[in-house]
Amino acid sequence: MSCWITIQDYAFRSIGFGERLLPREDFTLCQQFTLIGSGMIWNIYFGVLALLAGFFLAVALAVGKNAKSPLVRKPAEWFIFVFRGSPLFIQFFFAYFLFLSLKQAVPIFAPFTAAWLGALVVLFFNTAAYSGEIFYGALLSIPKGDTEAADAYGMSGWSRFRRIVFPTMMRLAWPAYTNEAIFLFHATTLVYFSGFPTLKQKGDALYYASYFADKTFNPFIPYPILAGYFIILTLIIVGLMGLINKRLNRHLPQERRGKMKFRLNLIR
Amino acid sequence: MFSYCSDPSTLEGLTWLSCYLTTGKHMGLYISVVTVLVLLAITAPVALLFGFAGATAARSRIAPLRWLGKGYTAIVRGVPDIAFFLFFVIALDQAFEWLRHQVKCPDWDAPVRQGNDFVVCDIAKLPLSSSPQWVHETYGFFLAVLTFSIVFGAFASNVLFGAMRAVPQAQLETAEAYGMTRRQTFWRILVPQMWVYALPGLSNLWMVLIKATPLLFLLGIEDIVYWARELGGTKNPKFTDYPHGDWRMWYFLALLVFYLTFTKVSEVVLDRLMKKLTHGQATSGGEAQRKAAA
Repeated sequence: MSCWITIQDYAFRSIGFGERLLPREDFTLCQQFTLIGSGMIWNIYFGVLALLAGFFLAVALAVGKNAKSPLVRKPAEWFIFVFRGSPLFIQFFFAYFLFLSLKQAVPIFAPFTAAWLGALVVLFFNTAAYSGEIFYGALLSIPKGDTEAADAYGMSGWSRFRRIVFPTMMRLAWPAYTNEAIFLFHATTLVYFSGFPTLKQKGDALYYASYFADKTFNPFIPYPILAGYFIILTLIIVGLMGLINKRLNRHLPQERRGKMKFRLNLIR
Repeated sequence: MFSYCSDPSTLEGLTWLSCYLTTGKHMGLYISVVTVLVLLAITAPVALLFGFAGATAARSRIAPLRWLGKGYTAIVRGVPDIAFFLFFVIALDQAFEWLRHQVKCPDWDAPVRQGNDFVVCDIAKLPLSSSPQWVHETYGFFLAVLTFSIVFGAFASNVLFGAMRAVPQAQLETAEAYGMTRRQTFWRILVPQMWVYALPGLSNLWMVLIKATPLLFLLGIEDIVYWARELGGTKNPKFTDYPHGDWRMWYFLALLVFYLTFTKVSEVVLDRLMKKLTHGQATSGGEAQRKAAA
């Protein structure tokens, strides 16, 4: 069986197309590369959607945490504390069983017990909390002169936020936010190890990698393949976020532009 | 547990719950909490040691040693940590068995990897197949601790490397001017001063380590996640062994609260420690303290 046929069979196995049975014996390198790559579809799906949706909630949380009224501030603070203070792994478990119980009472919650929606919701809240804290930090370090200038121009409320506060906040937070994005993609590997069931063996990259490691008793091939895929993904994210960073900083003189520094946070 | 628990027919409501929550299986859950704490207590110092060795190696003047140190820190970044956890447990286990195999059965001629199997001679197996259950469990726990230490050692090495570079250069130059050797400068000047720069990173790492402990479950240890899943309900609710419905949600809620409390307490303690360490230091934190006092 040539590699091309394997790719045809398994390239979209993780979303349910192609060969139904996973390879059971005589594993080839090609099969491992194709299936683990196929699993990356899920990692990218979870990462991209959670990041996009989380961005907006994160901005809201940052502004909320900075608000004067405790009615707005306290909920935002608590939301950030709960999601940053507990392990993502436990959050996944808790959410899964919560959705299971809710399903019995309200049938609308049925799709939430599947990974594609339930895990996405958890990742969405989680990344919103982490990025919310990053944006809040950036909000506090906006230069005083900027807001004073906005006041002097008679800007207030929404126009002040949209034209002055928000762009500067983004510019300051962007390097840290890039790390958060990379890290979110790494966190997506936890999904299928934390309660959410894998229907018909449609799993993510780590699911297939551990499948091969379990079958062959040889961790030295599938995990490095997985690592390779993730390093490529990380480089792509760094590249894309770098482009946005350039745009956010384009009005500044060369030497004051924010340098991207990569300090990854590690596990959530 | 309590004396009134001996007669089940009299139990109701809260009394029942108090008896139920102290059954033997629940004791397993509470013991697993201790397991987690023990893991933290062992891993933190060992990882710090690994990190120190890594950071020192990364500063070394001997190129291969420097590459080793840098490579150690670099490899763990960029790859999901959970992949490392899954990888190291099998890899370490096989490495140990292979080493013992080389030592104990030198005249074994069959290859160790036969297709999908990893075969070593019987007396090289770890733990020996004849050893009691607790040896197997302890060996599993030992592997888990080692895995955590290697991964977190890499993170710590990164933090310590940064901290060593943050110590003002003038301090090191002064030491040199006093005629100290490289080794003396390192132990007498650099190491005592680096901690204040390392503490923010290390305390962050501690938080991360706390939050990584549920991953023990993936390493095959009967930890709190395992027990919470076990005790909450069964796979087949029709023939349930438990006198209640699906309670897994509540057990995980309890775990969530446990971790939140643990994080909060650590935060408070580390804040105090930081305040102590910055006292009188020539950093912006120390400056702020001085101004507040004046």
